[in-house]
Amino acid sequence: MKWLGIFILGLFFALMIYAAGGLPDRGDPNAPASTHVSPYYIEHTIEETDTPNIVTSVLADYRGYDTLGETIVIFTAGLACMLVLMKRG
Amino acid sequence: MTEPSKSIIVRVVCSALVPFMQLFALYVITHGHYGPGGGFQGGVILGASIILQRLYLGTEVSHRRFSPQLALILGASGMLIFMLAGLVPMATGGAFLDYGHLPIPGVTGAPLRSLGILIVEIGIAFSVFGTMVLLFDSLAGGKQ
Repeated sequence: MKWLGIFILGLFFALMIYAAGGLPDRGDPNAPASTHVSPYYIEHTIEETDTPNIVTSVLADYRGYDTLGETIVIFTAGLACMLVLMKRG
Repeated sequence: MTEPSKSIIVRVVCSALVPFMQLFALYVITHGHYGPGGGFQGGVILGASIILQRLYLGTEVSHRRFSPQLALILGASGMLIFMLAGLVPMATGGAFLDYGHLPIPGVTGAPLRSLGILIVEIGIAFSVFGTMVLLFDSLAGGKQ
C-alpha cells in the first residue's frame, strides 16, 4: 500500500513536470495572459483614469468590483472575530 | 487587558512615534495614484499606530482616546463609502462603480475617475483601519 502511494505520487510528479514544459516563458509578450486586456490597460490608463500608477487604476477602477469583494471579506472576517471572541456581559 | 508601560523610555518613544506613523499612513493612502501604496497598506499602518497606542498606554486610557465602538463605526462607514461610490453612479445613469458618472460638480472625464479612485481608496483605508483595531480589541479582551 505504501509503495502504491509513492508510485502514484511519482506519476503525478512526472505529469506536472511534463505539463510545466508547455507553459509560456516568464514575461513572454505573446503569452495568452499578456495579449488579452493587459495591453489595453497599459495604453489607456492615463487618458481614461488620469492615474500614472497602472496598478492602482486596475485595482480600484477597472477591477473595482473585485476590490469591493476583498474589502467586504476583510470587514466580515473582523466582525466574525469580534462576535466569536467578545466577552458577554 | 493591557497595562500601561512602566518604562519612561517606552512611553516617550511610542508617543513620539504615533503621530508620525499616522502622517505616513495618510501619505501612503494619498500617494497610491503615483507610487506604491493605497488604501489597504495605509489602513494597516493607521491600525498599527492605534495598536501601538493601546500597548503603551494600556487599555483604560487608550479606550478613552479611541473607543472600540469607534473602530466598528469606522470600519462600517468605510464599507458604506465604497458601496456609495458604486451605487451613486447607477443613480445618475452609469454602471456599478463607474466613477465617470459620480455627481461631483466641476470635474468630468478622466480627472473625475481619478477622484473616484481616491474616494474608494479612502473607503478601503477606513475599513481596514477599523478591522485592524477591532481584531486587536477582540483578542486583547476587556469590555467591548
